[in-house]
Amino acid sequence: MSTKLNTGFFNKKILFQAAKESVIKLNPALQIKNPVIFIVAIGSVLTTIIVFSGIFRGSFSSFNLQIAVWLWFTVLFANFAEAVAEGRGKAQAESLRRNRTQTMARRIVGKQEVSVNATELKKGDIVRCRAGEVIPSDGEVIEGIASVDESAITGESAPVIRESGGDRSAVTGGTKVISDWILICITMETGNTFIDRMIALVEGAKRQKTPNEIALLMLLSGLTIIFLLVVVTLPAFFGYCLAASGLPMSQNLTIPVLIALLVCLIPTTIGGLLSAIGISGMDRLIQRNVIATSGRAIEAAGDVDVLLLDKTGTITLGNRMATDFIPVEGVKVEELANAAQLSSLSDETPEGRSIVILAKEKFNIRGREVHQLNATFIPFTAQSRMSGVDLKTDDNIIHRIRKGSSEAIRTFIQNNNGFYPQEIQDIVSELARQGATPLVVAEDNKVMGVIHLKDIVKGGIKHRFAELRKMGIKTIMITGDNPLTAAAIAAEAGVDDFMAEARPEDKLRRIRDEQAKGHLVGMIGDGTNDAPALAQADVGLAMNTGTQAAREAGNMVDLDSNPTKLIEVVEVGKQLLMTRGSLTTFSIANDVAKYFAIIPAIALSLYSGENGSGPLSALNIMNLASPQSAILSAVIFNAVIIVLLIPLALKGVRYKPVSASTALTRNLLIFGLGGIIAPFIGIKLIDILINL
Amino acid sequence: MTAQELIQVLLFFGVLICMTPLLGNYMYKVFSGEKHFMSYVLGWLEKLTYKFSGIQADEESNWKSYTFGLLLFNFIGFVFLFLMQRIQSFLPLNPAHLPNVSWQLSFNTAISFMTNTNWQSYAGETTLSYFVQMTGLAVQNFVSAASGIAVLLALVRGLSRKTTEKIGNFWTDLTRTTVYILLPLSVLFAIVLVGQGVVQNFKPYESIHTLSGAQQIIPMGPAASQIAIKQLGTNGGGFFNANSAHPFENPTPFSNFLEMLFLLLIPAALTYTYGKMVGSIRQGWTIFSVMLILLIAGLCISLYAEYSANPVFGHLRLMEGKETRFGIVNSVLWSTSTTAASNGSVNAMQDSLTPIAGMIAMINLMLGEIIFGGVGSGLYGMVVFIIITVFIAGLMVGRTPEYLGKKIEAFEVQMAIIAILLPNVVIQLFSAWASVSSFGLSGLNNAGPHGLSEILYAYSSAAGNNGSAFAGLNANTVFYNLTLGFGMLIGRFGVIIPVMAIAGSMGTKKTTPMSAGTFRTDNGLFIGLLIAVILIIGGLTHFPAISLGPLVEHLLMNAGMTF
Amino acid sequence: MKTVLISLKIFLFFTLLTGIVYPLLVTGIAQFVFPAKANGSFVVKGDKITGSELIGQQFNSPAYFSSRPSAVSYNPLPSGGSNYGLTNLKLKKFVDSCKIQFISFNHLDRMAGIPSEMVFMSASGLDPHISPEAALMQLGRIIKARNFNAAQEQKLRQCIRELTEAPQFLCLGEERINVLLLNLATDKIQ
Repeated sequence: MSTKLNTGFFNKKILFQAAKESVIKLNPALQIKNPVIFIVAIGSVLTTIIVFSGIFRGSFSSFNLQIAVWLWFTVLFANFAEAVAEGRGKAQAESLRRNRTQTMARRIVGKQEVSVNATELKKGDIVRCRAGEVIPSDGEVIEGIASVDESAITGESAPVIRESGGDRSAVTGGTKVISDWILICITMETGNTFIDRMIALVEGAKRQKTPNEIALLMLLSGLTIIFLLVVVTLPAFFGYCLAASGLPMSQNLTIPVLIALLVCLIPTTIGGLLSAIGISGMDRLIQRNVIATSGRAIEAAGDVDVLLLDKTGTITLGNRMATDFIPVEGVKVEELANAAQLSSLSDETPEGRSIVILAKEKFNIRGREVHQLNATFIPFTAQSRMSGVDLKTDDNIIHRIRKGSSEAIRTFIQNNNGFYPQEIQDIVSELARQGATPLVVAEDNKVMGVIHLKDIVKGGIKHRFAELRKMGIKTIMITGDNPLTAAAIAAEAGVDDFMAEARPEDKLRRIRDEQAKGHLVGMIGDGTNDAPALAQADVGLAMNTGTQAAREAGNMVDLDSNPTKLIEVVEVGKQLLMTRGSLTTFSIANDVAKYFAIIPAIALSLYSGENGSGPLSALNIMNLASPQSAILSAVIFNAVIIVLLIPLALKGVRYKPVSASTALTRNLLIFGLGGIIAPFIGIKLIDILINL
Repeated sequence: MTAQELIQVLLFFGVLICMTPLLGNYMYKVFSGEKHFMSYVLGWLEKLTYKFSGIQADEESNWKSYTFGLLLFNFIGFVFLFLMQRIQSFLPLNPAHLPNVSWQLSFNTAISFMTNTNWQSYAGETTLSYFVQMTGLAVQNFVSAASGIAVLLALVRGLSRKTTEKIGNFWTDLTRTTVYILLPLSVLFAIVLVGQGVVQNFKPYESIHTLSGAQQIIPMGPAASQIAIKQLGTNGGGFFNANSAHPFENPTPFSNFLEMLFLLLIPAALTYTYGKMVGSIRQGWTIFSVMLILLIAGLCISLYAEYSANPVFGHLRLMEGKETRFGIVNSVLWSTSTTAASNGSVNAMQDSLTPIAGMIAMINLMLGEIIFGGVGSGLYGMVVFIIITVFIAGLMVGRTPEYLGKKIEAFEVQMAIIAILLPNVVIQLFSAWASVSSFGLSGLNNAGPHGLSEILYAYSSAAGNNGSAFAGLNANTVFYNLTLGFGMLIGRFGVIIPVMAIAGSMGTKKTTPMSAGTFRTDNGLFIGLLIAVILIIGGLTHFPAISLGPLVEHLLMNAGMTF
Repeated sequence: MKTVLISLKIFLFFTLLTGIVYPLLVTGIAQFVFPAKANGSFVVKGDKITGSELIGQQFNSPAYFSSRPSAVSYNPLPSGGSNYGLTNLKLKKFVDSCKIQFISFNHLDRMAGIPSEMVFMSASGLDPHISPEAALMQLGRIIKARNFNAAQEQKLRQCIRELTEAPQFLCLGEERINVLLLNLATDKIQ
């Protein structure tokens, strides 16, 4: 979806809209949500009143007017930053809405289909969707199988299969059935469907402040109060100095100057950009096709320090491939290949197919039609843990060929009074040790040999885990493999830990254990049985292809259903927090220079001799032209810096997977030291400009 | 500066650094209830305290009851001390027949000693009897110091414990601190002081005829016992008006060395205790380093200013308000240390320091008394700054900020901000009020910018619970006694209550284990960062006032101006 | 209520312990071990106390070494300094007048080199010490006022040398001389 939209900073439409919004946001009821900028707004109003009352009394001050104008700009710029961030979300919401047409639904009442408006559907209603129809609301497929076009939410045009039972049963309102039909049990009321929530989220309508944002706001409010105190008490100290240096009280600081000083000191930069940073964090997730149910989830993602990753799809390529046939002594390798191929002919799993392909490539054993062989396919079940065929020969003898795990085949052989040789055991353990999956092939009571199924670890994943380790994140691989195999793959991929033979309840327990130790855990899941673990995890990323239960349990949904996404989500979370921290540091560091601009400017006349320039002019290290231009330059810098930093707030600070100390040093140099130096340069430049 | 002067400074810091782990380790044993050599000597006294007062020593409470106990105990102390001054003339041990103290001065003094400030609007030898000094003031010197340590202990427990509401037993903490730490050290120290010439008797003031035939009335009293605890407990309230500049209070360079050392000793050693209690001595040394760097930086600036020639006095050594036996170096070292630690005793008159040295002393107060600071209070104040630092910088590493594995969230930030804000409110608002009102201005002893410095210094001292003064200011007026009194109250409990709330909330949190993604709070980078945050927050808050007070005075002095 | 009771009792207990037992204990030990020092380090001349070794005295007579200027004129009730800031005009004037007074009183012919403690007021107003230089600069006046011969002058110089206290333990504090003790020693010179 994001790829289709230009939501960049320089989209003219968004900018224009945002400019309009920033004026609308001047409404005090909206403005007060941002206390720092609200103070600036009050200052602007006061200054404006002073300018106008001056005009009426015939003492117009162009200096005050300029201050007033730039204070208003400060407020507008801050509103603008928020509006731009919201604008990008709105544009996305717009495209979502377009897809949510008014649909009719066929509700099943008894045995009849009644046509009703989609909005009238209740939770628990059952509807039928045929090819070409739009699914009216979120639900669970209870009968049938169909291919569904989900491009409305995922942007992906290839249709996906949705079927009853299993892990692909969830359907989303607004998506379209392309072939066949399905019966859907509605699970969401209108207005609360997935798409509705997505729209609300990207528009920022329901955006609540996240815990860190609230904490930061506390800090900023505290600083604002401190500076308010400084400014309020300054006229008293200044009055003392005037008296001590024999100057008239009428030379005391004017309100516009005090307001200018206050606005320069309070953290307007971060105050103005804070909500933009939050919104754009959400936005960056959406650009990665991940929907978070709350801003809190994104922050939690930055805090995650243990990741539970499924081996399949995340660490290894989805499928294992047969790479070798290893016969037992006395069996020819061709015989083994033949048996293996026979057992896999009807096996539609990727592993099964890879066996057929290997047999063909290596021994040129061609595919055969199962029914021609008079064979019955025995599918894999969780109980038997093996699959194969029963071949009926012409003399009605049934040959049973099986392939499966070592234990399953041993049981099978022993049940058939066969002998399970030690040699097989050795081969099996050797393969397992290498991280491969050994599949033992047997025919009736005789073990034929072993198929070497190999997991292919994704390229570059080891590097990725090394990066995560540097960031202090522990990775745990979850796999159904036996411990030996799991250990080998874990070593190859470079994960920190693994859970072998993991069942869903094991995952849940592991998450609880880690949390009890104080860790924050992130995990990815799709199946119904993942739901408890997803709910327990601090960041539960559910796959969009998964079940409705999983989608409900997690606090994020990955529309691409790409398991590697979890790592990106963590990065987005970290980047969000970093941006906030960095701009706060920058904002506070800026004050140093502003003091050096304003204090010498206002205190110039104190204790001055005949030349009118008092001792505190020594603080004018920037050598600014005049007191008025010094104050004005500081105010202008303060306003302009907000606009200049909008792109950074939206894009986030540059993120690199490095350790905390390295990241801190880097950000401190750029935003801390930079924050001290930049305004010295900026204010000086503005001072030169306005004195041209 | 001569080599001999430099050696004194180096010796001072050398001994301080060596004593830190020694005393720190001992205090760790005391606070954690472990057996130590003193428990064989004084164990009976601890048990007697519990038995007499009906205390269940092992019964721990949550932060609210802990704080309630502390507040109540302090309040009782205040009431007693206030009443005792009001009826002084009817009480024993008053050989100089000193009259009852006025209500406003009693109020100020009672608050001052209860809050560990020891601001003195009075002169000891002409205002308070031996009885009030020892059973009133000295008692508060002990228990206010012990209260500060108790708050620190509660905070440390909150930081180091996991998911519990219990943060200790206030009465136990109070008792152990007093019985095992303050009392034995004071006895030892007091006797050494007498050996150097500090008086310790109950005799009436001695009237003598000097060599030139004039009459001189020499005050007496139980001074050594009170001076020992006033230094140890960072109280600072002198037995005599001139405080530790008085030859009876600080007779020799050696007594001076010890008194300087003892005013920093417990706050310094507590950093080590802290490190041990939170399970990482490095954390303790980190805080120690921050404090030491800030102290030494201030000292260097002050010394430079004091040794520089200026157009007003040319090349005269600036001995105004300094004692011959101490010279400039010991006076400046003391002035920096006593304002860094929230002690407030003086061996030279702060008011007569160079503007820059006075400014450094003032900045030490304004930063919140965290450069070693008061016993307990300095360290818990520093933890408040650590929380703010960790919060700002911690975000920059991309995680919810955490300190010692505890997440810093909105509540802690809010409390930390309140704890930093309230003392600053006192300094800013009261100073502003005093500098424009006739009651404020009438107390000034100096004109020009130095007058503003006197006001700023007074409220900074009150808010920081320091107690030292630019003593030219006549503070024994209703206005100053009341505003400074309230200032001290806010400066003390306006920090203690938020800190206790932080302790309570931290205790209930889980502890996140360390990893490479954890923001480290025990390395050089953090030391630099913490210093920067302290200076920036303090600097931004007080830069305008300081530039209109001591800074402009310095510039004017260098231009040869006087007022 | 329980807390109130505990607070009261423990406060009472600590008042007894730290407010009465502690100072009495210290007094007891001090009076036993360092009786002279605990009672004020008094100096006796004949059978009368002439002062405390630690508390400075004012000497106006040209026959005595002068002490430092004092903001309280060496009256210990109460002690204290001038508390003048360095930009205080009163201090500037005071120092200038002290300089002139010191020069004329001691019949010196140069402005420079006046030990600064002789023109600045001490912190306590009771500073018992001056620097040996300050004593030596007053030597000529004392000799003249007391009509000392060369042998007596030698003795006086000897006194100054003997009474000069070096920094304690070689490094602590400043070199100094106790004015009261010096004047007492001067009186003894025949």
